[in-house]
Amino acid sequence: MEPMIVVEGAAKTFTLHQQGGIALPVMEGAALRVMPGECVALTGPSGVGKSTLMRMIYGNYLAAEGSVRVAGLEIRGARARDILTLRRETLGYVSQFLRVVPRVPCIDVVAEPLTALGVGVEEARGRAGTLLRRLNIPEALWSLSPLTFSGGEQQRVNIARGFVHAYPAMLLDEPTASLDAANRAEVLALIEEAKARGAAIVGIFHDAEARARVCDRELDVGVFAPAQPVSG
Amino acid sequence: MTVTDYNFAYLDERTKKMIRRAILKGVAIPGYQVPFASREMPMPYGWGTGGVQVTAACLEPTDTLKVIDQGADDTTNAVSIRKFFERTAGVAVTTSTEEATIIQTRHRIPEADLSEGQILVYQVPIPEPLRFLEPREPETRRMHALEEYGLMQVKLYEDISRHGHIATTYAYPVMVEDRYVMDPSPIPKFDNPKLSDCAAIQLFGAGREQRIYAIPPYTTVVSLDFEDHPFERGGTGHCCALCGARDSYLDEVITDDAGSRLFVCSDTAFCEARRAAGHVGPGAPAGFGEDAA
Amino acid sequence: MSGALAVLAVEEPLLEVTGLTKRYGGRIGCTDVAFDLWPGEVLGIVGESGSGKTTLLRCLAGELAPEEGRVDYTGGAGTVDVLAMTEPERRRLMRTEWALVHQNPRDGLRLGVSAGANVGERLMAAGWRHYGRIRETAADWLGRVEIDPTRIDERPTAFSGGMQQRLQIARNLVTGPRLVLMDEPTGGLDVSVQARLLDLIRGLVRDLGLSAIVVTHDLAVVRLLADRLVVMKEGRIVESGLTDQVLDDPQHAYTQLLVSSVLRV
Repeated sequence: MEPMIVVEGAAKTFTLHQQGGIALPVMEGAALRVMPGECVALTGPSGVGKSTLMRMIYGNYLAAEGSVRVAGLEIRGARARDILTLRRETLGYVSQFLRVVPRVPCIDVVAEPLTALGVGVEEARGRAGTLLRRLNIPEALWSLSPLTFSGGEQQRVNIARGFVHAYPAMLLDEPTASLDAANRAEVLALIEEAKARGAAIVGIFHDAEARARVCDRELDVGVFAPAQPVSG
Repeated sequence: MTVTDYNFAYLDERTKKMIRRAILKGVAIPGYQVPFASREMPMPYGWGTGGVQVTAACLEPTDTLKVIDQGADDTTNAVSIRKFFERTAGVAVTTSTEEATIIQTRHRIPEADLSEGQILVYQVPIPEPLRFLEPREPETRRMHALEEYGLMQVKLYEDISRHGHIATTYAYPVMVEDRYVMDPSPIPKFDNPKLSDCAAIQLFGAGREQRIYAIPPYTTVVSLDFEDHPFERGGTGHCCALCGARDSYLDEVITDDAGSRLFVCSDTAFCEARRAAGHVGPGAPAGFGEDAA
Repeated sequence: MSGALAVLAVEEPLLEVTGLTKRYGGRIGCTDVAFDLWPGEVLGIVGESGSGKTTLLRCLAGELAPEEGRVDYTGGAGTVDVLAMTEPERRRLMRTEWALVHQNPRDGLRLGVSAGANVGERLMAAGWRHYGRIRETAADWLGRVEIDPTRIDERPTAFSGGMQQRLQIARNLVTGPRLVLMDEPTGGLDVSVQARLLDLIRGLVRDLGLSAIVVTHDLAVVRLLADRLVVMKEGRIVESGLTDQVLDDPQHAYTQLLVSSVLRV
């Protein structure tokens, strides 16, 4: 079996032109292999680069060196349309923040990954509704824009949207943050179901318990800290 | 002031040459508006200067001229223009459509069929059929050049949406030889079918706007419409009170203060000829029409 | 398969721009602009005033003639350099396979005729001659851009700015174009109205499998609408890439400046 996600020798440096061009190296030599059905937790103190590594896998941040491959597609240097296709069909990403188009009802926010894949609106909404119910978002809220929801509710809509399609690869950034025990348990169940169907998952979990429950191993991103000090 | 103080038909020969060139271009490109250098005429703009210039350029001493205004030979404008050419060209004049070689008309086509060798000269106020929807001249010229006539259909669409039918009753736009959209001058749409396949040469002159256009003999001229709202020439459903004609364009005449009305042929010469041939209409009040007869 | 998916299966770019340069005497409008656009993609062109983005759009729309460059378009009839087209061909293209949505809807509408006539005009220009069918199609499109179809006979002057913009969009999309050029589509509209319009545009682009080039200075608009982004400064493209990547991890100094200047509410 081939690994779903492979990172080799990836490096990232932020150059802040607005601050006189300071270069902030964040990581170098990053390496990661995730097999289908595996869940790997990225660990390390705040600021060490966990989200950065995740974003490089997603193509949201540019890796300066090395190789980042998802389902065989080399993200570095890939055509925009290939990355977009990958994100639509293969690679899901649940970020920490819900970013939505204003005025779109909650049910359609969650259904959108499916309609983008050609699933009919009725079926997509049906599957979205099932997930929303699992995550305790009452049906009365489904026709409202999630922009008016509480932080916890927004997070659950975000998660529903991230899980509505059966992605073969998933990136989860703090999926259980700001959730109560019941909802946290539900999300962990979703992750376990994803693993069971063969999804390769990379996750960031502050909550050690959650980590222990769903993750097969941990990777301390701190080991990729750059050798050189910050240059000016 | 005598006739000899003016050149034949008022205009000098160089001017006539310029106008004839424009006419030839117009005849060569049916329906296309040819710019020409309109001259100052002894009548104001809006009184037929374009038609007069075209007629003046076409006239020869052997011609016989007929001038009508709204179908009548005896209204003020027709009389003035006819007298103008009698004085400056000395040509024979007539009220008979069949006898005339050149007919200048304002806003009507004669009822009698025209024949080869005749010229019909129309007086045109606004030559550009697209003008009211597109005020810019460079843009309308481009539309004609590129055959972009969607806007003309838009006008008809608006009519139907507003009135339930195409409300244009005169100056009804036509397509000439499947190429140019043309304004046939403010003739009633009743006359439009006569534009097509006509044996005579039809010339159109707009003096103020400085355009000449033409329909050569036996040209296909189609009135614009929609499949589900086809062109209808209309008609009053009445017959002429004087001569009984059922298929000529009729004028409505109010005969007294009580609002009584009569319908009579707009083409006076046509009506006279019918009455002379013995046709009688349902009748007019005693004394009506005697002055004109 | 939805319109978007069918279109994404294609393997050739819809539009390939190379070396596009437009000068105004000694000044540069835009220089050496190159990018491609694929079916179903929305490309954002961002930059501030004077960046050359509007010049670029006008060159693509045929309003300006560039000094150099090619714009290869692959449409219904094979690949053709749009810049080498004759004026009649170009005008026909802009009425059928391409569309241009102006920033000010009044520039893109006929104010003197009804909404229905505005939407139906392109159909009539394309040879449609059945009043009933033209009207039906126009009413359908009014509905699709969320204008009450019973207002079909009203003039655009009776509409609000947002409605006028939506009417302009309907007028442009009625002939089923493949490529829509948009110049600041939400410029001049109230914020609440902008949201609705952007949502509508997104939906139409997705449902119809349209490609679009959206020129704007508003980063929030491109975040919402565009798959890819191109950043222009002083007539040149200084950065390009996926929208979220360029906005979240800007590389070029100017892009970083633009992104950091956006007020977050």
